[in-house]
Amino acid sequence: MQVEDILNQPIGSKLFLLGNEALVRGFIEAGVTVATTYPGTPSSEIGNVLHHLAKKADIYFEFSVNEMVAFQIAAAAASTGVRAVTFMKHVGLNVAADALMSSAYVGTQGGFLIISADDPSMFSSQNEQDNRYYAQFAGLPLLEPNSPTEARDMVKYGLKLSEDLQLPVILRTTTRINHVRGIVVLEEVESKPKKGYFHKNPRQFVPIPSYAFHMHPLLLQKLASARSISETSPLNRLEKAPLNTDFGVIASGIAYNYVRDALNKWGLNADVLKLGFTYPLPLNLIEEFVSTHTNTIIVEELEPLVEKEVRALAQQKKLSSTVIGKYDNTFPRVYEYTPDIVEKILINLMNPGQIDNPLLQTPEFKLPNRPPVLCSGCSHRATFYSVKRALQEKGIKDAIFPSDIGCYTLGIQPPYHAADYVLCMGSSVGTAGGFFRATNQKIISFIGDSTFYHAGITPLLNAVHNKHQFLLIILDNFTTAMTGHQPHPGSNIDGMGEDAPMISMENVVKGIGVDWIKIVDPYDLQASTNVIKEALEHPGVSVVISRRACSLLEARNKRKTGSWKKVIINTDICSMCEICIQDFSCPAIFKTNDSIQIDSSMCDGCGVCINICPTGAMVWEE
Amino acid sequence: MNKNYLAILIAGVGGQGILKAGSLLGEAALLENEKIISTEVHGMAQRGGSVVNEIKIGDVLSPLINKGEADVILSFEPAEALRVLDKASPETYLIVNTNPIVPLTVSLGLSTYPDLNLAWTRVRDIYPRLWLVDARKIALEAGNSITENVVLLGVLCSVPIFPLSIESMLKAIENGFPPKFRELNLKAFNLGLEKGKGRILNQ
Repeated sequence: MQVEDILNQPIGSKLFLLGNEALVRGFIEAGVTVATTYPGTPSSEIGNVLHHLAKKADIYFEFSVNEMVAFQIAAAAASTGVRAVTFMKHVGLNVAADALMSSAYVGTQGGFLIISADDPSMFSSQNEQDNRYYAQFAGLPLLEPNSPTEARDMVKYGLKLSEDLQLPVILRTTTRINHVRGIVVLEEVESKPKKGYFHKNPRQFVPIPSYAFHMHPLLLQKLASARSISETSPLNRLEKAPLNTDFGVIASGIAYNYVRDALNKWGLNADVLKLGFTYPLPLNLIEEFVSTHTNTIIVEELEPLVEKEVRALAQQKKLSSTVIGKYDNTFPRVYEYTPDIVEKILINLMNPGQIDNPLLQTPEFKLPNRPPVLCSGCSHRATFYSVKRALQEKGIKDAIFPSDIGCYTLGIQPPYHAADYVLCMGSSVGTAGGFFRATNQKIISFIGDSTFYHAGITPLLNAVHNKHQFLLIILDNFTTAMTGHQPHPGSNIDGMGEDAPMISMENVVKGIGVDWIKIVDPYDLQASTNVIKEALEHPGVSVVISRRACSLLEARNKRKTGSWKKVIINTDICSMCEICIQDFSCPAIFKTNDSIQIDSSMCDGCGVCINICPTGAMVWEE
Repeated sequence: MNKNYLAILIAGVGGQGILKAGSLLGEAALLENEKIISTEVHGMAQRGGSVVNEIKIGDVLSPLINKGEADVILSFEPAEALRVLDKASPETYLIVNTNPIVPLTVSLGLSTYPDLNLAWTRVRDIYPRLWLVDARKIALEAGNSITENVVLLGVLCSVPIFPLSIESMLKAIENGFPPKFRELNLKAFNLGLEKGKGRILNQ
């Protein structure tokens, strides 16, 4: 399959699509005019696909500088009557939360869909917050798909719903939707106006206190309408068991799939209420369901949102059904569910003893950990090496390393241990001031280029104004590497794939008022070490931009041009001092029983190890 | 217990072409109008971490495979096969590339790589359908070591319970690579398939 197939294949074609690709197909079918994002896993591929297709699909798409701006752009576009979508990972919605809360009051004209990609089990996130709370918190309708196809369908449903209610709508996915592949049958593309018109209406769009005062009751009215739509929405459907049963299961998201599979597999008899429209909940539908079952089992991942409402309803309506979920500790409240977890609990509740053959005892092996590491050739590794050396040479042993969100957080691994404190995007810069004011320790903060543009500028400005003192190292590899190499404001192309002005990082830093700034090539270890030592002497905020293209991007170029020279090791000269392994730790270098070797298929050919080796055993291949 | 699908788990290390192998299976299934669903790991895991791709072909909604219920485990790396053994049963076909990728934690002395000869003896005791494959050697025979993933895909297709036709697989590979890599990958697939059928996988 080619990415273009998502746009070009005829209606009725079947494609094997990632959930994120299916979402893009949803944008296309729904006639979206504006789409915005800041990349973040598990939502990243949505942007990557749009980056290829937006122009051809007549969608304006941008990688915004952060989620707040992405949200604002989409909200304003939708206020003119066109359809707009903004998408981000769950913690990205925290960044946009200020705008989100007001957007519920202000409402919308055209369809406005907010996609929150949650990450239960934290495959690539700092937490597993359940963003369904945002729907309740702000007062916005919430949709939860169970498959790539339903994700596509809900894009269209959500945009239509948003127009009907004049309210933004949240579509909440999870990693097991974003990163699931399934068959999607392409449907027709709606023809929607691509340009809107902004009809001024301050009473709707400007929540100054006197107007906001009237907006809150209006929001509650809209939510009441949303609730009645939810009662009859096809996204909430009752699936009757073949025989009458005392068991009713309420399930949402991918957890529904686990329930359905478990019932089919074990021949368990239960009625199922599949919820796709989960806020506001269809309370009448639920009341009828609960009151006709002796046992109501609620299966939802992470937080017990649905369960809490069902329990409240049962109490209010004096329903006698036993509600089973997380509050009674039947289901776990942490991590994603698996078919194993759901199946075991359902069998235990409905037909204990059905699984009589206990699981095979798997032989246990002591296996080496294989955490993600900085790639071979990664310039961050070279920077960390120089930092470590500079600190050694200056005799500083207890420097604090506030770090940030990006590949370089992997500097936490041995031997660098270069991440001591991380909160969120931009926190390396903000927290440095706190460490400076509270300790006498030296502080070296690390932030990547994309993260710097996203959330590093404001705290840096704060640091200069408030006379904090620390060294900020900006690891500039010209891209948003961690999420798959998306452009950012420092890049020379934009989301549409067009040429774009590059915002000079050093000019921004100088413009903020930083008076000590130097730029180094991290591959030049000696120069980098010297500059870092010098920077540590500066009585104020010092900034070192450690600049070198991401080695993965460079590798692509090398592959294209065929000019790929690698490093080999002369084992006759090698003294097995292991500096290359213990201090530098390139994944291409490994130790056998009696030698140090370089895995040529993994060697990036950066050549940094040549400068590290004290015996001259590392040499370029001929 | 009702089960109307085949569960395939592909394991390995980020960068080995695991996702590509999965998407080729998907394309082949599409050609045959078979239902297929899969789930994969992205993001952090790409940087040399452990990666799994779970695939089900047939009538089912959940892509994740239960413990003990993988019909086939295809591991691109030996230690990664041992890591996912809990998904295997004695009936599982366990196809394992014998070429280790030694993680940094081992070189740093923070962990040890298992003794594979000992491991295979223990594994074969419980899982007799263990196929050890020197995929690198076969890939080099095909012309380039980067085709290890397609070689292993070929071996996978030689498993008696594999539900898709070889024709669809060949077509998926043809469509799945740019013209200049097409022949190379078809050759790698066919070699893997042949050696799988003849069980001449580790010589």
